[in-house]
Amino acid sequence: MKPSSSNAATPLLFPKGPLPWLKPAVFVGSLVPLVSLAVGVARGTLGANVVAEGLNRLGLLALIFLVASLACTPLQTLTARAWPIKIRKMLGLYAFFYAALHLSTYAIFDQSLDLKAIFADIVKRPFILVGFTAFVLLVPLAITSTAKMLKRIGFAWWKRLHRLAYVAGALGVIHFFLRVKKDTTEPLIYAGILGILFAIRIAAWVVKRRKSARPA
Amino acid sequence: MARMPPEPPGGEITPEALHQRRREFLKNTALFAGTAAAMGAGLVRLIGGGRSAAVAVAPEPLGSGAPPLPAASAGGAILRPSRFDTDEPKTSFEDVTHYNNYYELGLSKSDPAESGALIRPRPWAIKVSGEVKKPMLLDLDTILGWFPLEERVYRMRCVEAWSMVIPWLGFPLGDLIKRLEPTSRAKYVTFTTLNDPGQLPGQRRKVLDWPYVEGLRIDEATHPLAMLAVGLYGKSLLGQNGAPIRLVVPWKYGFKGIKSIVEIRLTEEQPKATWNESAPTEYGFFANVNPKVDHPRWSQASERRIGELRRRPTLPFNGYAAEVASLYAGMDLEDHF
Repeated sequence: MKPSSSNAATPLLFPKGPLPWLKPAVFVGSLVPLVSLAVGVARGTLGANVVAEGLNRLGLLALIFLVASLACTPLQTLTARAWPIKIRKMLGLYAFFYAALHLSTYAIFDQSLDLKAIFADIVKRPFILVGFTAFVLLVPLAITSTAKMLKRIGFAWWKRLHRLAYVAGALGVIHFFLRVKKDTTEPLIYAGILGILFAIRIAAWVVKRRKSARPA
Repeated sequence: MARMPPEPPGGEITPEALHQRRREFLKNTALFAGTAAAMGAGLVRLIGGGRSAAVAVAPEPLGSGAPPLPAASAGGAILRPSRFDTDEPKTSFEDVTHYNNYYELGLSKSDPAESGALIRPRPWAIKVSGEVKKPMLLDLDTILGWFPLEERVYRMRCVEAWSMVIPWLGFPLGDLIKRLEPTSRAKYVTFTTLNDPGQLPGQRRKVLDWPYVEGLRIDEATHPLAMLAVGLYGKSLLGQNGAPIRLVVPWKYGFKGIKSIVEIRLTEEQPKATWNESAPTEYGFFANVNPKVDHPRWSQASERRIGELRRRPTLPFNGYAAEVASLYAGMDLEDHF
């Protein structure tokens, strides 16, 4: 039997380096809920109020990815492993992607692209204003997510700029909190996670300062 | 795939390096697939996508769960059409029975349909109390024996800015109140929902102050549009729609339409209505549909009719202004929202 001529010296799909499967897996896994949403719309299984259901799911996805991207650095601090940082950018970009879909669904289906009504809604309603602000904050982060932009801005400024992700996360949770009619459990869970992540960062910062403050 | 270099000599044996690469490839593929699948499934679960899919495949033939109407209704025949009917297209039975707000049966829109069968609609008694000639415990079937059933096709506007058109079956609330012979001190009617976490498991969590209470001014309650419904689409009410008997006041937001009523009390004082007590700045006692008075967090100027994609303007008193606006003559509807 002849060995199949393929396989011999191909990179075999995966890039070199440690955990070559991780990024492709996160890329595909992150699209699954979008596919499931599309299938739901096509099959009519999203319940009676499809627009509201789609809005809720896309918004929740944006928040989940934002919180997940914010979890990467603390996770690296705690586990001393590099893999969370490898997927941080992708998670952040997915947060932006789903937030953009969430906003478009609102603008197109909920408001029928009536820009006057949308503007009035944003100005008048704190809940929409807060959500919109969170989205606006994500825009510069998405734009400066490339290595090229990082170089252009310089790491120190880039890092400062990308702290906006925390503000966006907090606004996202407030947006969620203001939206629910009565049961605030779910927004509170996200608020709690965000709080813990922030606490880990602060603790890490304090430890680092103490270490460096110690006389040699 | 890229073009391969010429095959190695001694082609019958897989070279060690290639063997390793294959193993590596399989391992990576497995890790990739496993991680992607786990992540995707986790996300779908987190956003509640798994549940509605389960509902979709659940073998629940339309309407088969709804018991036929009780034979006890006076005369047996159903009066229709009503002079109040709207001729707008009705919302499908599926949507009317699977998109519900009934927090006692769960907080999501699909929860009530899943646990609605927990409500035992018979035997069912309603306590009549307060400012009536004779307080008593009334069996529901006794009440149904007093009045012929009418079908009425009403718009229903939820405070969350969506709406439906529903063919209710029931009788005018005013007819029952007259029969109860209110005293001269009766200014309000208070309704109370069943308080039984066994049948209404949502009551185990104190999301609201159970049992649910709603109320009407007596002139509202005796208005011919106000009705007590025991069915819809020609069948008895399902649990999720408030079996076995609920209030329908089509010119008010849906939350006024209290479900699974076990007590009707006539009072001199304005009742403490549950949503009004819970968030007085967001939900008024009157809760008349009013496109000009926004909910503090969202607009009430328009609504989405279930089944439609675009919003439509919301009408004052949900389109029943000609019938009911006079009830509120001289009242500032921005204060009394």
